[in-house]
Amino acid sequence: MSTTEVLHHHHKHCDELFADAEAAALKGDWEVGGEGFARFRGELLAHFSTEEEVLFPAFEAATGMSGGPTQMMRFEHSQMRELLEQMQAALEQRGRDAFAGAAETLLVLMQQHNMKEENILYPMCNRTVADTVDVAAGLRERLERV
Amino acid sequence: MHPNMSFEQAPPVWVPYRFFLTAPLFGIVAGLLLAWAGPAALTSRWTPEALALTHLLVAGFMLQAMCGALLQFVPVAAGANIWRPGLVAGLVHPMLAVGVSLLAAGFLAGPGPWLAAGAGLIVTALSGYVIVVGVALLRAPVKGATIVALRVALLALVVTYGFGFTLVQGLRGSVGVPLVEMTNVHAAWGLGGWSLLLLSGVSYYVVPMFQLTPAYPAWLGRMLPWGLLAVLLLWASRLLTGLAEGWLSWILLAGMALAGGFAVVTLRLQAKRRRRVPDVTLTFFRGGMVSLLAVVVAVVAAIAVPPAPTFSEAPAWAVTIGILLFVGLFISVITGMLYKIVPFLNWLHLQRLGGLTIMPPNMKEMIPERGMVGQMRLHFVSLAALLLAVAWPPLTVVAGLLFAASCVWLEWNLLSAVRVYVDFRDRILAADACHAPG
Repeated sequence: MSTTEVLHHHHKHCDELFADAEAAALKGDWEVGGEGFARFRGELLAHFSTEEEVLFPAFEAATGMSGGPTQMMRFEHSQMRELLEQMQAALEQRGRDAFAGAAETLLVLMQQHNMKEENILYPMCNRTVADTVDVAAGLRERLERV
Repeated sequence: MHPNMSFEQAPPVWVPYRFFLTAPLFGIVAGLLLAWAGPAALTSRWTPEALALTHLLVAGFMLQAMCGALLQFVPVAAGANIWRPGLVAGLVHPMLAVGVSLLAAGFLAGPGPWLAAGAGLIVTALSGYVIVVGVALLRAPVKGATIVALRVALLALVVTYGFGFTLVQGLRGSVGVPLVEMTNVHAAWGLGGWSLLLLSGVSYYVVPMFQLTPAYPAWLGRMLPWGLLAVLLLWASRLLTGLAEGWLSWILLAGMALAGGFAVVTLRLQAKRRRRVPDVTLTFFRGGMVSLLAVVVAVVAAIAVPPAPTFSEAPAWAVTIGILLFVGLFISVITGMLYKIVPFLNWLHLQRLGGLTIMPPNMKEMIPERGMVGQMRLHFVSLAALLLAVAWPPLTVVAGLLFAASCVWLEWNLLSAVRVYVDFRDRILAADACHAPG
């Protein structure tokens, strides 16, 4: 198993959590949608912080590239955090359209972000930091706090 | 602009938008031309009106949208830089638009200077385009089914316009070419090569992404480009060897099996999608795939059902197949994708312009949902009317007007997204001006 494979799998897991929360909220089942969203949000944020605190620093130290792909990924994480806040606010106000719009935007942003990580950044990380970090342990530790 | 943020290879928003906003205009012209020409236009694929209509749809609507989308898609999906996309779009877009207009006018007016000028402009524009996009695709650091499909698609585009240009010279009598045979080869490379492979390459990327479906199976990505290329080469060999009709039917059936396989796999993946909320893009995609399956059925019927012994001698089938491919498959899928791409590009560009302090409207606030759903219904009604008009010609005028109306509505929807973009951009710029020092 490669260094980043666990993150790859976790992307798919987050996709599923997203789909369930979105479907429930759009059906007007705010109870289930709210619980599902809280879980999705927690796991996605744990994913981001694992990358930002464990994987990216190791990559940056190994390659000396701190202004390149990892900076872009951090920026997209901040965009997605903002959209999570919009979804949270819509959920609290039970605003279906606002929730649906923020969810759609987050989904497309998240998918193309994941694609860039899986196709470009993760392979680079696997080549450069393979033995220096334990990404799986970092993610596990953060998920336990969710 | 957000500090220290490179724009990450994505071209300026006007690069794809100028193509996207032009494409439906050719659809409007095509619909009006059909209404004006009336029932005679669809009696065969060889009438001047049918040839003009075909090129307004494939080189006007489809090619415009595809060229614009690829300039956006290649940097994002392949991680490959396009050389000066603003300049390329600024040259290719107007040349292509004028070239296709002249070509269509030339078909209506007869093989004169307009036809030659149109073909010349299109070939010049596309040659430049193919070099720029081709270099980017060859240098792409990303590997995978999408890149392979796009590379073979681009090759097929070159073959398509090469034959197209030769056919125009043949029509004008400057070279002797077997017009019917070569037209069949030209059409096959354009539709089964360039268009279908481009669609497949983009689908591998966007279908799982928009609907959270499982990934396309690896065997399809390996088989489709090389299988279609082999079929197209065999299909083209008729020009050199004079293949018997029986062989041609088998080659055509092999191509249909590949195309049908792609449609079936796509529909199955979408049936297994994890995201189960109503979605216009999904419905457009499914309509497109059902149309492709209908083409497969129609081609098999044209070959197998008496009294039509061969495909090329079945004019009614040919017109039906054309409508299903242009309007049913490609324009449906392109429209569905525009309804996702344009709102997302709006959001992305505005978000980067405003940084994290001014959040832009979300994707669903870019084009009104009701407008997209209404336009989609009208599009499919016009498709049904066009198909019925082949069997019952008095319906032709209405079908043409319906199709023109659906393209007007599409243009309106895209323009409303542009309006949101411009309004919000001006607000960001005004806010920046207020905060600027001094």
